[in-house]
Amino acid sequence: MTRFVPAVAFVAMVALFAVMMLSDRNPKEINSVLIGRTVPDFALPTLDGGTAGDAVLKARGKPVLVNFFASWCVPCRAEHQTLMDLAARGDLVMVGIAYKDRPGDTRAFLDELGNPFEVVLRDETGDVAIEFGVSGAPETFLIDRDGTIRYRHWGPMVGDTIAQRLAPELEALGLP
Amino acid sequence: MIGELGHAALILTLMLALMGATVPHWAIARGDARWMAQGRALAVAQFLLVVTAFAALTEAFIVSDFSLRVVAANSHTLKPLLYKITGVWGNHEGSLLLWVLILTLFSALVAVFGANLPTRLRTRVLAVQSALVVGFLLFILLTSNPFERLAVAPLEGNGLNPLLQDIGLALHPPMLYLGYVGLSIAFSFAVAALIDGDVTPAWARWVRPWTLLAWLFLTGGIALGAGWAYYELGWGGWWFWDPVENASFMPWLAATALLHSAIVMEKRDALKSWTVLLALVAFAFSLLGTFLVRSGVLTSVHAFATDPERGLFILAFLALVIGGSLILYGMRAEALAPGGLFQTVSREGALVLNNILLASYVGAVLLGTLYPLILEAVNGDQISVGPPFFNFATTLLMMPLLVALMAGPLLSWKRAKLGRALAVLAPFVVTALLIAGLLFWARAGGAVMTLVGLALGFGLLAAVIGETRPAQGRWLKALARRRRAQWGMTLAHGGLAVLVLGITISEAWTTEVLTTLSEGEGVAVGPYRFELVEIAPKAGKNYSAVAAHIRVMEEGAVVADLWPEDRSYANPVTQTSEAGIAARAQSDLYAVIGEQVADGRWSVRLYNKPFVAGLWWGAALMVLGGLVSLSDRRLRVAAPARPKKPAAQPQGAVS
Repeated sequence: MTRFVPAVAFVAMVALFAVMMLSDRNPKEINSVLIGRTVPDFALPTLDGGTAGDAVLKARGKPVLVNFFASWCVPCRAEHQTLMDLAARGDLVMVGIAYKDRPGDTRAFLDELGNPFEVVLRDETGDVAIEFGVSGAPETFLIDRDGTIRYRHWGPMVGDTIAQRLAPELEALGLP
Repeated sequence: MIGELGHAALILTLMLALMGATVPHWAIARGDARWMAQGRALAVAQFLLVVTAFAALTEAFIVSDFSLRVVAANSHTLKPLLYKITGVWGNHEGSLLLWVLILTLFSALVAVFGANLPTRLRTRVLAVQSALVVGFLLFILLTSNPFERLAVAPLEGNGLNPLLQDIGLALHPPMLYLGYVGLSIAFSFAVAALIDGDVTPAWARWVRPWTLLAWLFLTGGIALGAGWAYYELGWGGWWFWDPVENASFMPWLAATALLHSAIVMEKRDALKSWTVLLALVAFAFSLLGTFLVRSGVLTSVHAFATDPERGLFILAFLALVIGGSLILYGMRAEALAPGGLFQTVSREGALVLNNILLASYVGAVLLGTLYPLILEAVNGDQISVGPPFFNFATTLLMMPLLVALMAGPLLSWKRAKLGRALAVLAPFVVTALLIAGLLFWARAGGAVMTLVGLALGFGLLAAVIGETRPAQGRWLKALARRRRAQWGMTLAHGGLAVLVLGITISEAWTTEVLTTLSEGEGVAVGPYRFELVEIAPKAGKNYSAVAAHIRVMEEGAVVADLWPEDRSYANPVTQTSEAGIAARAQSDLYAVIGEQVADGRWSVRLYNKPFVAGLWWGAALMVLGGLVSLSDRRLRVAAPARPKKPAAQPQGAVS
């Protein structure tokens, strides 16, 4: 029966491919290792001249949504309405982190499209983005009431992704 | 109209291929010689029709017929003519058409030049080839039709990725495809032999030249790809163990193993079922490569626009063709009783060792490529298997292979004395080891593996030269008497030695400096001083660039001027880096210009890479070896055997 070993091994390989292709996955998307961990420590200047750190993301009484965005990023523009809608719910603390962006450009961007954020931090060097394992803007993190990262959204939050991916995560945190 | 002509030609080919895949089997069953002969005509007709379709698509690209979806998506009127033409296969649909073109070309070659094959075998081979054509044409016509029209033709096309506008990359896919698809012949021979349950030593002799031809193209294609990565990507590297690179490397390894095991089969009537399996597996790896590039199942720099429907189609095709052939193998392999015997220490034994090591190596590369996928399927973890694993596997398995390769060609057939081979080799290998040691010492050492690599490289080179020396008589005379097949072996093995030296030396002694420079400033890189002379904007035909002039000096004398560029293309918006490279025999001087940092300084990446040339020379020697071997009368298709000369065979002859 050893003669059939190549055939059997091959069938197993094809099955593997079939399973992976039929599953709804994007091979470019990488799971964040931060899921289930506490927010990393950091301190950044805010857009209105102050300083803020990881404290704004922790123990706020409500879950926190952190969005890495930039005025130069076209997909950020596309997902901005989603952020505005999420802010309008009122049950989330919205925090924006302007990623590798000049403060003037960030302000103009938010003036034009509206500002969904309670506070906007400036990560001009991208150092904090590295702490969060962000590969590019936009990326969004959902943090629970204890300051633990629950969900990472890769790329713009547009179309079906909100209903399919973000909504269940919000529900898990007890939000409708 | 031209587009519709091409489309019609493909549909007609499909019909002929359906006929070609079925009728010959029926004709063989009935013993109908006239219908059996039709297979040849059908193969040639398929080829001519696909040539027509390919010409039609090429014409559409040349005249920028944007009513064809493929042309609109991938071409642009401003593109130079050469890249309009190479754009034909720079996309999913066109590259598949190229694949079928080459497939039918090989069928036609067997039909025309396969006169020395037994009619029954040739008929079966052509029928299997036709079945493959059916599969690929269905794929093209159902999911990836290059002749699909747009309702409204745009005025301008979407251009082509400027990274792909490079002559190396323009030639890389056709070359690689000639290799991939060339292996289909070995596959068809294997399936044909399995259907009839008749595998003879002569089968190995017929299969070998076709495999060698495919191997040649595969070697050249992989080398071109590595060269493109080295010159165009600007990372200073030439091989990244990317899944798709592995996908081209695995059929190469399998084909290399097949070339060697076929020798044993032809000589000794042994390793029959193994050789047949290798012929199946080599082509399976070719198809796997196609699947990986087009299905999006693995992330890769090579991935075409992915589409699950297409991916599933190829997977189904792969399952049918390879799964079917492997099951057929399972049913028939029992009947392939091993023939002649040989001792462990013999030429055959050395070739078996070669096969064991190459097969393990293919297994390791396959495992490394698929492991991330397996792990993700099992528990959702995402990992990537990087160079450390592959480099470890390469070192582990290639060290014994290279050692065996030194002695192997000196062993006589059937039964050999290792001591005699070693006695012949000793003076050569000792000299080589001295050279390796001296060079290592002169460069102030380094890792132990560097010394091992040098010893293996120089040792193999010396052994290859030593092998040509006759046991008695004049060396020159023996050289003149060597047959081309033997020269082929010598050149290919010598090429491997040069390749090993190129890899070892360039990996071990590369100096890399990452720094910022302002105009007029310089920095030391190894023994050289790189100076940023000038940096200026530059306007190209379809791009704008920041061009630097970097002067390289050694002890005050100018060695080379490098002109790296950072290019911005407008259509589509893409940033590419053109490395400035001075390729020299002893070392490549390599400069990449990066971004301007705040204070008017420019970030630069500078390398002194010793003996990178060894990579290209090594690959070129291997290809040359293959060509010379292919030109041997004995292997040439349809060539009458030369009468045997009574002259004494020089030691270490191939047969």
